[in-house]
Amino acid sequence: MTMRPHLQFLTHETIERVVAEGYDLLSDPGVRVHSERALHLLAEHGAEVDFEARVVHIPADLARQAVETVPSSFHLYDTDGRPTVHYGSDDVHFDPGSAAIEILDHSAKHSRLPITADFVRFVKLADGLDALDGVATSLVCADVPQEVADLYRLYLILLYTRKPVVTGAFAVETWGVMRDLLVTVAGSEEALAEKPTAIFDACPSPPLSWSEITCENLMDCAQYQVPAELVSMPLTGATGPATLLGAVVQHTAENLSGVAIHQLVNPGAPIVWGGSPAAFDMRTGTTPMGAIETIMIDCAYAEVGKYLGMPTHAYMGMSDSKVVDGQCGFESGIGAVLGALSGINMISGPGMLDFESCFSLEKLVIDAEIVGMAKRLVAGMAERETPLALEIIRQVGHAGNFLSTRHTRRWFREELFIPSPVVDRDFRHQWEDKGCLDVTERAHQRVEEIIAAYEPSPLPDEVTRELEAITLRAAQAAGMDRLPERR
Amino acid sequence: MSEILKQLQEVVILGEPDQARELAVQALEAGVAPLIAIEEALNPGMEIVGDKYESGEYFIPDLVMAAEAMKGAMAVFEPALIARQEQRQVLGTIVIGTVEGDIHEIGKSLVATMLTAAGFQVHDLGVDVPANEFVKQVQETGANVVGMSALLTTTMRNQEVVIEALKEAGLREQIKVIIGGAPTGPEWAQTIGADAYAENANEAVSVVKQLVGGAG
Repeated sequence: MTMRPHLQFLTHETIERVVAEGYDLLSDPGVRVHSERALHLLAEHGAEVDFEARVVHIPADLARQAVETVPSSFHLYDTDGRPTVHYGSDDVHFDPGSAAIEILDHSAKHSRLPITADFVRFVKLADGLDALDGVATSLVCADVPQEVADLYRLYLILLYTRKPVVTGAFAVETWGVMRDLLVTVAGSEEALAEKPTAIFDACPSPPLSWSEITCENLMDCAQYQVPAELVSMPLTGATGPATLLGAVVQHTAENLSGVAIHQLVNPGAPIVWGGSPAAFDMRTGTTPMGAIETIMIDCAYAEVGKYLGMPTHAYMGMSDSKVVDGQCGFESGIGAVLGALSGINMISGPGMLDFESCFSLEKLVIDAEIVGMAKRLVAGMAERETPLALEIIRQVGHAGNFLSTRHTRRWFREELFIPSPVVDRDFRHQWEDKGCLDVTERAHQRVEEIIAAYEPSPLPDEVTRELEAITLRAAQAAGMDRLPERR
Repeated sequence: MSEILKQLQEVVILGEPDQARELAVQALEAGVAPLIAIEEALNPGMEIVGDKYESGEYFIPDLVMAAEAMKGAMAVFEPALIARQEQRQVLGTIVIGTVEGDIHEIGKSLVATMLTAAGFQVHDLGVDVPANEFVKQVQETGANVVGMSALLTTTMRNQEVVIEALKEAGLREQIKVIIGGAPTGPEWAQTIGADAYAENANEAVSVVKQLVGGAG
């Protein structure tokens, strides 16, 4: 028997109050939705719609019914058809953060715009890090037109890894192209619906609004049975209430409106209760992802999601530091550990710096160690034997050497998370002999080792050609004649 | 290499002391010369174990169990060697122990294990070992290295006592002394007239190799 350690911020009664207020907000003041399709759909199902103001007053019962039809769990599959991510219960997985518009090179102080070669290195690295259950479209390549930047990332990912993908579209039209890419790899629409390999973010705009793009993306996901995750992002005291619980209430209302729209399109389609709130920094006006209050809101909204019976997601394990330093380590470590203790099904964050805007491969490698420790933490303390230890302690007696017992050898691998050399546990002399490397330097070595050891598992030629053709067509429509070199 | 020696090597690598002992008995019964078994099966087996440790595949418990398996087989082969008046090639012979008044075991045992794995003949005297016991064991085994562990500031002084006792017995010139333990260090080694200090078991192996290389 193993007790899984669990973090809880809210009492049952508090959660019920949060949810009740969330439902109340759906009807008054209602939700602003910049999608004609969504407004009509909601009106058809009995919501009162002000088409001029684009405000819909969603009856609580309509939203409650939508919550009822949400599946409590589903899997994401790798492109070999293996279920690798389980959205549901308290299972915890990690994927890199997304979507950075800049990259930080090793030992650089200044970030720069990422290009295709950077993205390929990123995917190879993420593919080789076992701690990461999925990959993400983490960098926005600056060497392709903005209009195709979203789908181009997915194209590169599908070429270089089999892991499932957390992604998102930047426009209404590109969602369809991205789906085409996924269908090409899956073999058919039905195959993709049956074994989804990607999940799309859909972000309401705080407070209580849906842009046309994200709302259409959300409905497209529902229609084609492609998993979606709701990413409500109130900013305390700026685009949401200053009180932490107030932010959770707004988050609840925004996500509930998303659930209502999504489930009306296709009841039972997979959807995840996620978010990316932040505790607005009152001195600088920034949106710190590493702030402890940001993390608290994340954990609390996940409790609300679990109460509603939904799978959960969060953007955690990130730092606001500009370089890979001590702040980077403590903010990412705290976020990842508390997210894991909250049983959040998918935690996106590893590798991310600077308010979710800058990516570091070295940080990704360091964060993979944090993830390993966080997963070990929530695995808890197992009762391996009965009696727990009487026999082995008596067997060793006062000699004091457990190292030469079968018992040690039997259990140490299961009991210990064994880190990579990124985590320094050398004697000082050994550390000195290896060149007195700090964690970032060790991480850099590992980045290069993993990328060098990358082994491609290429898709069939005709699939690769089709992916390239789809991407090239979109790029050409955006004014780019040929796709960038990948090295 | 015969099938039985292959199996013996395999169980040493896997760290199975009981099976190693059993296979050693079978090897002798099958007429395998003990020296051949040691040189062709055990020593290369331990080298493989060392490589696996260096590459990160093996961990300390794997190493320790492999050394236990080697010891299990040696417990069978040693009497056979004596009976045949043969001697095996060893890198050196070491007497090791934790000094008097100190009952810390694990670090010293780990060093002993690593040295065994590296091809040394190791006589582990255990813990709380009086100076005269070190002297007696050096005389009896013809050891060329003495290793001493001390984990307390109060007992580290007994490392010096042992060195003095070795001098009095006229043995100091013919042996090398290496010390270790948390409160000790290279400066302490110099202060008490030891030949070397090692911070950990891995380092101890390379330091002792240097010591006997220099002595040889």
